[in-house]
This record gives sequence, structure tokens and C-alpha cells, in this order.
Amino acid sequence: MTLQSEPVIVNVGPQHPSTHGVLRMRVAFDGETVTDAEMIIGYLHRGSEKLAEERTFTQVITLTDRMDYVAAMTNNQAYVLSVEKLAGIEPMPRGVYLRMISAELQRIASHLMAVGFLLQDLGALATPLMYMFREREDILDLFELMCGARITVSYHRPSGVFQDVPDEFWGRLRQFLDGMPAHIDEYERLISGNEIVLSRMRGVGVLDPDVMVNASITGPMLRAGGVDWDLRHRAPYEFYDRVSFDRPIMDESDNYARYLVRVYEMREALKIVEQCVEQIEPGPVRDPDVPFVLRPPVGESYVGIEGPKGELGFYLVSDGGISPYRCKVRPPSLLNLTLLREMVIGLPMADMIVTFGTVDVNMGEVDR
Amino acid sequence: MSVLYRGEELQAEIEKFAPGATTGHSEDAVHVDAGQWLDVAQGLKEREELGFAALTLLTTVDYIDHFEVVYHLRSLSHNRTGVIKLRCGEGRGDAAVPSVISVWRGADLQEREAYDLMGVRFEGHPNMKRLMLWEGFEGHPLRKDYLR
Repeated sequence: MTLQSEPVIVNVGPQHPSTHGVLRMRVAFDGETVTDAEMIIGYLHRGSEKLAEERTFTQVITLTDRMDYVAAMTNNQAYVLSVEKLAGIEPMPRGVYLRMISAELQRIASHLMAVGFLLQDLGALATPLMYMFREREDILDLFELMCGARITVSYHRPSGVFQDVPDEFWGRLRQFLDGMPAHIDEYERLISGNEIVLSRMRGVGVLDPDVMVNASITGPMLRAGGVDWDLRHRAPYEFYDRVSFDRPIMDESDNYARYLVRVYEMREALKIVEQCVEQIEPGPVRDPDVPFVLRPPVGESYVGIEGPKGELGFYLVSDGGISPYRCKVRPPSLLNLTLLREMVIGLPMADMIVTFGTVDVNMGEVDR
Repeated sequence: MSVLYRGEELQAEIEKFAPGATTGHSEDAVHVDAGQWLDVAQGLKEREELGFAALTLLTTVDYIDHFEVVYHLRSLSHNRTGVIKLRCGEGRGDAAVPSVISVWRGADLQEREAYDLMGVRFEGHPNMKRLMLWEGFEGHPLRKDYLR
């Protein structure tokens, strides 16, 4: 005789420590197993796209900081590139290198958060996460030297960045670049071969690569599924065609592969920063002829960049005025959640949380 | 380097398998008739020479007298992008276009968001309800005539 149990509906979130913000899921359980899941979002919706329509093109940069708030530099970068395309602005080379350095440091910081919170979800309470916070702190100190802010940086501007870095910055950056590879080795020793990590994450949350492409999934998630797609390589923006880096590709497409791709990408980001430091030359960091109040010609532009979480893009429409007529974000965090339901059905509750952690979403960007 | 299809070029490609489906082009976008959009979308995805496997971005723009639905498509195999535009809601009337969720799964959340914030309905979407705002919210905030 089999025992029939009634499905239990549980609300996971919005105030749940493992939801990385305010994601809410209504999950139906049969015993310990997930039988259905529905994602309910919008708890952090601030109407950024509407707010952008009432601000000048330069003021909107501050709104982009607050979208993906653990990766503000890349948000700035995507937005500024779209404005430059719309207004036909040629950026200053030194400004571009500073944007690339800041964006790659931000990628490391974002991946550190992704891996740290993933381990937190696995049950490794606080200790590994604090290791990650330690290195992220160094990156935030570098940002503070660059622009005076740590999280909401607003550093990038159309035509470059708003100020040059102080001399002290280069010494501190060198220290960081010299120390970081050993820290990544430390994480790998601590985590990658850990038996609990392996047994909990291998073969869990597997996705088919073609389905992922069809569902607009991008970034480390897609590369963990064997699809060689990185916009820095396939559609180079800024000076990414002048630097060489490897693209970590995994074939397993499971939670462990998604974790490993992020660790490898941190090493590649360090390589890119090294090359930028070699190539950067003195000069102006922004074009003084570009006014603070821009009036781009009537038209539209879309630029997508390889953000830490996937393709991050801004679609801007100008009616010739001082603010965007329409400002639409392509949020990788939201679109990477498209397949969440399929990923978690059939998993136990604890693995559902881990699977959600490997998607690496930021609710500020999901809800905007 | 990823190459964007010129409007003219992509229009000619579409006309090859769906004659009469396009209504014009701009510099880098093709305007497609909403009635035939689903067939065109199927062709864009499945035809070998186009291979638009991913829907990068779906968005809507309010042009006061009509709405425009903009699709940014990406072909990973050919490393090309293309832009398709649909017109709907003439004179601020009922704005609706066919849903492409059967072609690109990635349209799911984007269509719901467009419906929620801009009030464009996507016919055939299995779960056409608000995404960001709560059920019972009145109006669509991204419309230009929305009053706070």
C-alpha cells in the first residue's frame, strides 16, 4: 500500500535568507519534493524605467547603480555605451581603459558574492562568505579611490569616466592583482573538491543548452551548458578586442558547472585587468566638449554587454530632448529566471535553494 | 564581430519565405504586419540562413498615437542581430499582438512585463497577468498618459 500525501503549499520568501533579496516563490511540496513552483516578483520595483524618462541622460547613470547593486560599474558601462552610440560620442582611450578595469573588478566582486551566497545556501554558514567579503572589500576600496563611492559608484560618463584615478590607486591595484590568485586558489582548495559540495551540486539542476538559448538565458549559466557565447569575444565593445582572455566553458550544465565557471572567470578577469594596466597611457579621461546636458539626435540605440550575470543591455529612444523618451533595460537576472520552474521541479527543498543560488540573480535588477 | 542586419536586407530575407508580411523598413529595423508575425517569427528562428535562436530583448514604446513592440533577435550561429517592429493600438485603442512564447521561451517574462507596465496584450500567452505590480493595480505606468 502506498501512502498518499496531500500537497503542501509553502511561501518561500519574500523575506527569506536564501532568496538573495525579495524573491517570493509559491512552492507546492509532496513531502520533501517540489511538485510545482511559481515565482512572484515585484517587491523591489521602483519604476526605474519611468523615472529615467524624467531625468537627463547623465542623471540616469545614478539610477543604473541601483539596478544590480552588487555590480554597479557594469550597469554604468552598459548604459553609457548605449548613450554614446545614440549621441555619436567617441570615448577617450584612457577613459575606456578605466571603464574596463572597473568593470572587470566589478565582475570579480559580483562572482565573489555569487559563490559566497551559494555556499551559504549549501549550509556553510557565514565562514566562506566572509572569505569572499574580505576580497570584495579590497575591490570596494579600489572603487572608493576611483570615485569616492563603494556601491553606488556612478563612475562612468559618456566619453569616459568622470575623473582620473589618484596615483595611489595603481599601487593598491598591483597589491590586489598580486594577492588575488592565491585567494582564488584558497577558495578552490576549500570548496571545489569538498565532498559535500560535490555530492550536493553535481548533476543537480541540469538544463539543456538549446532550451537555454531559446529561453534567452545568457552569461555564466549558458557557458556552463557548453555554449561558447561571451559578448566580450563575439561582439567586442570598448577595447576587448585588444586584450586576450580564455572563455571557460563547461559541458555538464549542472549546479557545480555553474559554480566552477564563475571561479574560472574571476581568474580571466584578473588577466584582463593586468593587460589594461599594461596598455593604459596618460591622457584625458573624458572629452571636455561633451556637455553635461546631452541632446542626442532623434533615434534609438541598443548596446548589450557581457555583465557578470549575463547580457546586460540598454535600449534607448531619443526624441531629440534632454531625457530618454524610452529607456529599457535588458535585465539578465530576470531572464535567467525564465526556466526556474523547470529547474526546481522534482528536487528536494534544500536543493531548490541551491539551484536558485547558482542562477545568481540580483533582485534590484529583476524588479528594477 | 556581431553584425546588425540592415532593415532593407532583413526585409528582403523575410519576403523570401513570407511574401507580403512586411510593411516597410527603417535603417536597421523591419516593420512586420502583426497578423502574420507568428509565421514570420517561426521562419526567423527555423530557417538555416537566418537562425535567430534567441530573443534578446522584447520591449514596447508608447508613441502617443500608437504603440510599437520592438524585438531584438540574435543568431548565435551566424553572430548577427536583427530588429523587428510591430505596430499596434492605433489611436490608443486596444493594443494587442500575437505572443511569440511558442517560438521563443524567453518571451515569457518579457511579454508579461510589457503587459504590466505598458498595457500591450500578447494574445496566446498562457499566463498573461501582471509581473511587477500587484493584481488590482489600475493603469499601466509606462504609458505617456499615466498620471501619478
